Formats: sequence, structure tokens, C-alpha cells
Amino acid sequence: MTVWQIILVASIAVLALKLLGYLVPPSIIEKPTPARVANLLTVALLSALVAVQTLAVGQSIQLDARVPALLVAAGLFALRVPFIVVIIAAAATAALIRLVT
Amino acid sequence: MARSPEAMEAIRASFGVGLAVAAYGVSFGALAVTAGLDIWQTCVLSLLMFSGGSQFAVIGILASGGAAAGPAAIASAALLGTRNSLYAITMAPILAENWPRKLLAAHWTIDESTAVAMAQSTLPAKRTGFWWTGSIIFIGWNLTTLVGALLGDLIGDVSQYGLDAAAAAAFLGLLWPRLKQLQPIVVAVAAAVVATLLTPALPAGVPVLLAALVAVIVGIANWFAPRDRAGETSPDPSAGTGGIS
Repeated sequence: MTVWQIILVASIAVLALKLLGYLVPPSIIEKPTPARVANLLTVALLSALVAVQTLAVGQSIQLDARVPALLVAAGLFALRVPFIVVIIAAAATAALIRLVT
Repeated sequence: MARSPEAMEAIRASFGVGLAVAAYGVSFGALAVTAGLDIWQTCVLSLLMFSGGSQFAVIGILASGGAAAGPAAIASAALLGTRNSLYAITMAPILAENWPRKLLAAHWTIDESTAVAMAQSTLPAKRTGFWWTGSIIFIGWNLTTLVGALLGDLIGDVSQYGLDAAAAAAFLGLLWPRLKQLQPIVVAVAAAVVATLLTPALPAGVPVLLAALVAVIVGIANWFAPRDRAGETSPDPSAGTGGIS
């Protein structure tokens, strides 16, 4: 697949899922299981993406400057520091470590 | 046109949440360009997909696996997008629009627009909150995406400066407001372990998809359930300051 095809197919899929919710009968939401699974799916995917983005280089696992950067980010999120500030702090942490090592 | 106090309150909430969230577009734009997308591709994602979590997933997986990871990138984006279906089901009876407006409402059905709407006390204020938050974020998110993409393009090979760590932090920021109960915390930890352990064995993107099975299993069995009613469907309004997704 080309990058353009990936972008268009993924975008249309996400858009279609939003539209789907306006088409199905509202009673479906009264069943707790689909709602619970959908919410937990978000958590599982985001957490898996954090892990892979922090530890993976292609198909290998490498511990490098990303790990302390993520710890800094976690600490700042716990302190309720705004998103954009945390992102910059994490990038700066990794960049600094790479500069001195 | 005179507005009720409730509607004014909804508009204030829309600006508070909307402007904060729209600013993340800069990080998305810069990271997308780092991941190998061009500026057009980056902007089309924000315009058409318009769902932060899914967008970050696409660029994260393309960054590690290239175009070969396309199917995994699409599947991850779609799975993250199922949450929006639930929001749409919640919003449908409130908005009750004609078809063209329903299409626009669907496009703008995201965490923040739903959260702001559901936090309002009256039906008209809910509608006001949804449309104002949706439009503020749509405009802001796309403008800041463009700014971020132009910045990322200027900086060039940014990974040496730490933008790869910024991507990890961005996912953590989207995840953070969802970790308030035992069940999601257990799912998050287990999914991270599964994805890490499978990474050496499978092509990029696939470990992330398999980690999603943790959510399906725990969700259906309802292990580690909260004692009160499980399966909350409307997002926490405070999540609005935690991440577009």
C-alpha cells in the first residue's frame, strides 16, 4: 500500500465509525459490555503504543534516552502540567541525554 | 441574538477545552512529518480523520514499520475510533439533526465535543457545547497541524532532538486521564507487556493490535470491575484537558 492509500482508508474507516453511531438504535448502548470493551480498547491500544514507542526500534527492544524521557512525562502528567508542556519537556529530556552521552 | 446563561456557560467551556486541545495539533504535525509523511498527507489526516488518538496511532505505526505496516496502522486507527461510535450513539438523540448536519456532527464527534456537551445542564446548552467545541477544535487542530508540519519540515531529522520521545509522551498524555479505576489500569499494564514481548517476534504494528485483545478479554469477562455500574460511555469532562482522541 502507498502512504496515501493508508491515510485515506484509515480516515474513511474512522469517519464511518463515527457515522455508524448516528445510524444504530440508541438501545444498543444500554448493554454495558460493548461500551466497556470499546473504552478498554482505547486504553489497551494507547498503552501498547506508549510501550512500543518507548522501547522498540523496528523489531528490537532497546532501552535508551526515551525511557527517562517517558518517566519525566509521567511525573509531569501526574502533576497536571499541560499536555503541550509535557511533550516539550519529554523531547528536551531525550535530546539532552543524547547530547551528553 | 440573546443567549441563555446556560448557553453562555457552554460556550465558555468550549473555548477552555477547545483552545487547550487545539494546541496539540502542533505536536501531531511535527511528529507526522518526522514519521515520513509529507505536509499534505499530514493535513489530510487532521482534516478527514479528525481524531487525535487514531491519527497518532497511524503515524506511530508508520514511523516504526513504514508503508508495509499499513494494514496494522489502519486497523489500529479504526479500533481506537470505535470509541467515537459510542459518543455518536450518545449524541444522536440530543442533536437530532437533518442529514447534512448529521454528517458534520459525525465528523466532529470526538472526546472533547461529547464531553463538553454532556457536562451541560440543558438540552440547548448541550447542543451549543457540542457545536462550539467541535468547530473550535476543528479549526484550531487543522491550523496547528499545519504549523507543526511546517516546523517539523524545517527541523529535518528531528529524532536526534528527542521527538521520538515526544511521541511516546503524547500517547501517555492521551492515556493518562483514562487511568482512574483498577480495570483500565490492569488493562493498560497488561497491554504494554503484551506489545513489548511480541515486538521482537512480529512485524511492526501487529503487537499493538494483539495487545488490544487484552481489552476484549477483560471487557467481556468484566474482571477487575468497579463496584458501582461498569461500562461508562460518556467521557469524563476532565479528559478534555488530557488529550484529543
